[in-house]
Amino acid sequence: MAPPIRTDAPTRAKRRFLRPSVIPGFGLAFGYTLTCLGLIVLLPLAALVTRASGLGLSGIWEVATDPRVASALRVSFGVSLLAALTASVFGFLIAWVLTRYRFPGRRIVDAVVDLPFALPTAVAGIALAALYAPNGLVGAQLARIGIEAAYTPVGIYIAMVFIGLPFAVRTVQPLIAEIDKEIEEASATLGAGRVHTLVRVVLPPLIPAVLTGFALAFARGVGEYGSIIFIAGNLPYVSEIAPLLIVIKLSEYDYGGACAIATIMLGISFLTLLAINLIQAWSRRRFGYV
Amino acid sequence: MSETFAPVALAEARPASVVTEGRWIRWLLIGIAILFLALFLVLPLLTVFAQAFAKGFAAYLAAFTEADAHAAIRLTLLTAVIAVPFNLVFGIMASWAIAKFEFWGKNLLVTLIDLPFSVSPVVSGLIYVLVFGAQGLVGPWLLEHDVQVIFAVPGIVLATIFVTFPFVARQLIPLMQEQGTAEEEAALTLGASGWHAFRTVTLPNIRWGLLYSVLLCNARAMGEFGAVSVVSGHIRGLTNTLPLHVEILYNEYNFVAAFAVASLLAGLALVTLLLKSVLEWRYADEIAAGARGH
Amino acid sequence: MPGDTERGGSTAIRVENLSKTFDTAAVLHDFSLDVRAGELLALLGPSGSGKTTLLRIIAGLDFPDAGRIVFGAEDATRLPVQQRAVGFVFQHYALFKHMSVAENIAYGLNARKRSERPAKAEIKRRVGDLLDLIKLSGFADRYPSQLSGGQRQRIALARALAVEPRVLLLDEPFGALDAQVRKDLRRWLREIHDRTGQTTIFVTHDQDEALELSDRVAVLDKGRLEQVGTPDEVQEAPVSATVLKFLGDTIEVEAIAQGGAVRVDGRLTPVRAPEGLVGPIKLYARPWQLQFAEGGEAHLHGVVRSSYRTQGRQRIEVDRPEGKTVVVEAADTNRFAAGSPVGLRIIGGHVFPN
Repeated sequence: MAPPIRTDAPTRAKRRFLRPSVIPGFGLAFGYTLTCLGLIVLLPLAALVTRASGLGLSGIWEVATDPRVASALRVSFGVSLLAALTASVFGFLIAWVLTRYRFPGRRIVDAVVDLPFALPTAVAGIALAALYAPNGLVGAQLARIGIEAAYTPVGIYIAMVFIGLPFAVRTVQPLIAEIDKEIEEASATLGAGRVHTLVRVVLPPLIPAVLTGFALAFARGVGEYGSIIFIAGNLPYVSEIAPLLIVIKLSEYDYGGACAIATIMLGISFLTLLAINLIQAWSRRRFGYV
Repeated sequence: MSETFAPVALAEARPASVVTEGRWIRWLLIGIAILFLALFLVLPLLTVFAQAFAKGFAAYLAAFTEADAHAAIRLTLLTAVIAVPFNLVFGIMASWAIAKFEFWGKNLLVTLIDLPFSVSPVVSGLIYVLVFGAQGLVGPWLLEHDVQVIFAVPGIVLATIFVTFPFVARQLIPLMQEQGTAEEEAALTLGASGWHAFRTVTLPNIRWGLLYSVLLCNARAMGEFGAVSVVSGHIRGLTNTLPLHVEILYNEYNFVAAFAVASLLAGLALVTLLLKSVLEWRYADEIAAGARGH
Repeated sequence: MPGDTERGGSTAIRVENLSKTFDTAAVLHDFSLDVRAGELLALLGPSGSGKTTLLRIIAGLDFPDAGRIVFGAEDATRLPVQQRAVGFVFQHYALFKHMSVAENIAYGLNARKRSERPAKAEIKRRVGDLLDLIKLSGFADRYPSQLSGGQRQRIALARALAVEPRVLLLDEPFGALDAQVRKDLRRWLREIHDRTGQTTIFVTHDQDEALELSDRVAVLDKGRLEQVGTPDEVQEAPVSATVLKFLGDTIEVEAIAQGGAVRVDGRLTPVRAPEGLVGPIKLYARPWQLQFAEGGEAHLHGVVRSSYRTQGRQRIEVDRPEGKTVVVEAADTNRFAAGSPVGLRIIGGHVFPN
């Protein structure tokens, strides 16, 4: 395929694409990467896009406005928003405690944060269901104060906080660690109290990271399946999530309906990704760092 | 705003550092953090083991004597044995191309590699059904040639590769970018071949990062549920991985067995966390780029 | 601002018997020092001498294990940093990156309780005045990341001055800047000080900086005050070999003291020994306190190793027979070839009690 003698033209064209380097292996590595990416990721995703575009906007809209689908989307996005908010608040607190304070067992607590990354979602799912069931350890206590967790959106919320928490912690933690203590000292010498220093000097530069963590936790919550379905009870119009509806549509061989819901979810997660990128670009422009 | 002055610590014989909170506030915040983590993360983990042993050790062991459980373990291992090395090779290839060279469209390529992380697991399964399913793009052709992908092992492996696709690459790219190309160039000027330079210079520099990412990739590969659930068809003894087996047992109200199998996966998660933490404490600099202090 | 107080006037800050230990290492031992109102005082010392710790204790960023800090007549030892009214300038500026230059400078005023906070218009006016003072008038709306290092340090100084501090504290303020910017900023800081009369303490390990800039220099070593005095005093009458060595290149020569006279190699030198100092001692001389001399006149003998020119002078390295090398500074007139034997005469120097 490669001609034995290179002519000038392709060389020049190639130079624009790849900066010359003495390091070998670009062709092989790049080619292999593109092939895998194409076959494993892009081709199947293209199949979804093709299928969805076959439905057309009106077709997707029709599925989205079906009362049961609309309800599931509302539950998925609404509860995920609340859960991401909770995860962000407590995630920030945990990240702060882990980076700023020294206490016995800190490393173990730090390791525990990653539990939701490591624990298979189905395992988390049945454990949460057992724990929050009306006769479960926590569920019984909640029932006493009149809160039904299992088989309601409350259960979905708990599962989403569980899986979203590490995203919230791990995005802000390195930034808290990087804060220059001198800026806090500077603020103190200028007469500012500790709370003023935290609110005016420490927090603002962390906001982009907090928002990024929030967006990641939100996106993860919307798409989550395994840890939710056991605790949710999956009652249509009440505690049915969008990913479950895709599974149901598939089992009914309603590929069109499944694709429509999937497309909506993909669209939202891409918007979230875009938002993250914009936050980071803005932060870099404004402060010269991410 | 005007009330944001911290109260003057007159009582303390020796004022605390000015860059931290008062001691009571500090312990209060530590307490809240630990309580939150205990309630939301540790308690579910303990529940797995408590439920697994609820009916005693014999009942626990009984869950593993079933042929279906053995089949599930075998399939899970098989899936990981294929998916992890595949993503390992892909990750090294991709990070070599991306970290050691400058080319047009690099950021787009990185974004595309990251894509599977932002796709719902269920959608990840769905797209393979759309390609290989009976109504899919190549489904009819496969049917004619008697090749089964969906509701069979190949589909499970493919879906697992998809959801773990970015793991190794996204760990190695920043690490290799930080290390730059100077060492490889030095090796080349000393007469090493490209392969030799990779083996003797690049690989030793990234080995801990590589191990770290393989660890996480493996945990996800063995534990994936949503994507695998969609493509598997839940055929007992044939297309059930461990997480799917857990689901079936749970839905059959066989709780002890469900939690017993789950405890196996939870154990895997704990081992993964332990090794991960050890790697982070020991080799922080060699795992992640930018983790270096000043 | 405390007007144009007579320099060397009343005591603004008194440091009394301060001790401080970090972990197990002592950083300050029973340290005492008076800072006069309106003066520009340099804390000079090698790294690890405790100078930065002393500055941070005065600021209230660190706290002593023993001893007192007195501001005027007020014991400030236990006073929180927020209430000390000090202006602190950090080596790496410590500007708030997410705030504009104007917001940075106004920060201390905005942090006050509402009852003590100046009106918005007043804050704006003060920020404008300070920007004029530091000659960065057009920069109010810029962000720190858009400024050079020297500009950032000037902003940091304006921010510290904005709260009208009782004392301005600068921790190696020019340490992170390159040589030319350093020189400009030094001169500029001196000008600002002359105009404001602000009591100022700055920490440095650079002798030139301390001697050029300050009214008085406090030389620190290993957590103790070696000497405090005007730049002339510490240079002309250093109280110890440590001070002498730290202030510049020094040549050490074995000598004998007897009855006030100091002899090297049996020959009398112009250096006088204090009363009671008798026996073998060390004589310390600057490179310009050695002159080339013929046989009978010379105290020392050696062989020229090499010479090089620097700014109109020449420096000659001379190997002495016992193996030591001394550096001599001479006018750039006659050159010395490497390997030629020379004699050196001591025309000045210092001796200290053992």
